[in-house]
Amino acid sequence: MRRFKQIFGFALSTISLIIALSFLILIITYIIIKGYSVLSWEFISQPPKMSMTKGGILPAIVGTALLSIGAILFSLPFGVLSSIYLNEYARGERIKRIIRVGVNSLAGVPSVVFGLFGLAIFVKYFNFGVSVLSGSLTLGILILPIIIRATEEALKMVPNSFREASLAMGATRWQTTIKVVLPSALPNILTGVILSIGRAAGETAPILFTAAAFYLIGLPNSIFDKVMALPYHIYALMTEGTFPKEQTTIAYGTAFVLLVLVLGMNIIAIMIRIRSRRKQQW
Amino acid sequence: MVVYEKSKIVIDHLNLWFDDAHILKDVNMEITSNTVTAIMGPSGCGKSTLLRCLNRMNDLIDGCRIDGKVLIDNENIYTENYDIYNLRKRVGMVFQKPNPFPMSTYDNVAYGLKIHGIKNKKIIKERVEKALIDANLWDEVKDKLRKSAFELSGGQQQRLCIARALAIEPEVILLDEPASALDPISTAKLEELIDELQSNYTVVIVTHNLQQAARVSKFTAFMMLGEMVEFGLTDDIFTAPKDKRTENYLRGRFG
Repeated sequence: MRRFKQIFGFALSTISLIIALSFLILIITYIIIKGYSVLSWEFISQPPKMSMTKGGILPAIVGTALLSIGAILFSLPFGVLSSIYLNEYARGERIKRIIRVGVNSLAGVPSVVFGLFGLAIFVKYFNFGVSVLSGSLTLGILILPIIIRATEEALKMVPNSFREASLAMGATRWQTTIKVVLPSALPNILTGVILSIGRAAGETAPILFTAAAFYLIGLPNSIFDKVMALPYHIYALMTEGTFPKEQTTIAYGTAFVLLVLVLGMNIIAIMIRIRSRRKQQW
Repeated sequence: MVVYEKSKIVIDHLNLWFDDAHILKDVNMEITSNTVTAIMGPSGCGKSTLLRCLNRMNDLIDGCRIDGKVLIDNENIYTENYDIYNLRKRVGMVFQKPNPFPMSTYDNVAYGLKIHGIKNKKIIKERVEKALIDANLWDEVKDKLRKSAFELSGGQQQRLCIARALAIEPEVILLDEPASALDPISTAKLEELIDELQSNYTVVIVTHNLQQAARVSKFTAFMMLGEMVEFGLTDDIFTAPKDKRTENYLRGRFG
């Protein structure tokens, strides 16, 4: 009877895993089947034409790239410095625990709420308008907790003996952080950063009111311009416009490009992690 | 016997608590300049903690409270606003496990010079070379200075840590069980080096290895449960211990 239970239990968990993985394969194949007919060099190198039924999605690719890079430029320094405060400077476990609860709560805020916040603060209050800047800042806040957590984990993995050795030579804690701890933690921080770029690239709700445009022929000229973005483009193609049939195919093609970009980012992150693990000798 | 003995460090009624635990109990000790002084005792007797009082590394630990004085060259290092960064430049430390930074051998030794504001590349190069020579490591690493320090053997890494400490020209070197992670041959090389160091530096070594204390030191302190049980010439301690507890420890009754 115990033997039977064991076989049954493990069989159940094996099947669960197979089902979970088959969803991944299903999603990818479905998107390829539905969208591959539009995929071409023109599709990723040309702006949309004829009410978005022809042409490519270049402005959306560029827009997503700009928004992601902008989000990182904003959240990386903030995130890393915050983690340094938490892990290298702050004393007293209670206050640190309270701060961590705060950071985790930020991570739990639904992304559409970030969108509303971005609209109120960046678009309206700071008067940045619906723009790359507003969208980047909004996405930046969204990924801030991810960067803080990734950096904190990376800093925690740096052995204390490095810090002791440096301090024992008369280095200040700041020197120790900058010259020893941060360089040692860098590969792991980088992994977290790349994963969060992928996250930022895929989000729709935060840029809905802050950055995204439905249809642009050209590329943005400044950070105060609106941009097209891949996830929003998919949303727009499926809900608006006058040629739903053609648009659906383009939407799947766009989804494929977005998927390749995000998965590519994750693969790069995984490769950096594997490389640094192999090199790491402490 | 040469009469040059001069106290470099005086530990005066030193008490230390971690939160409510009384770790060091009224420790008194004088450390003679340009000699090797060993601190030995069973695990948990506070010998490492005592060593860390000499460069104020205990300051880093939450809940650590210290009462009493430590004088280095007749100056109390436990006064408010005492420059601990300069103190740690004068009092170098080598740890139990070799802990080179994840950098090249050269950069490891140059690190201390850089953090103390030396920018001249030529001076840095000279001082790195000198430190490696003084640590008996130069011949083994001169062809791979730019390679990661982790490629060195454990014994070489530990001598690198000593070179790293020597580069900033300290006056005192604290060694916290420096051979406990090393094989016998590496240990022998390290002890040889410690013996050489005393001509230029005041060396304090913590060890739980009795033979090592007997081999390398001129003075030995024996500690138990946070108390300084006995302190004197190593020869006297090992041949004619005054305290019953020292005698028991030397005979292997505990520890």
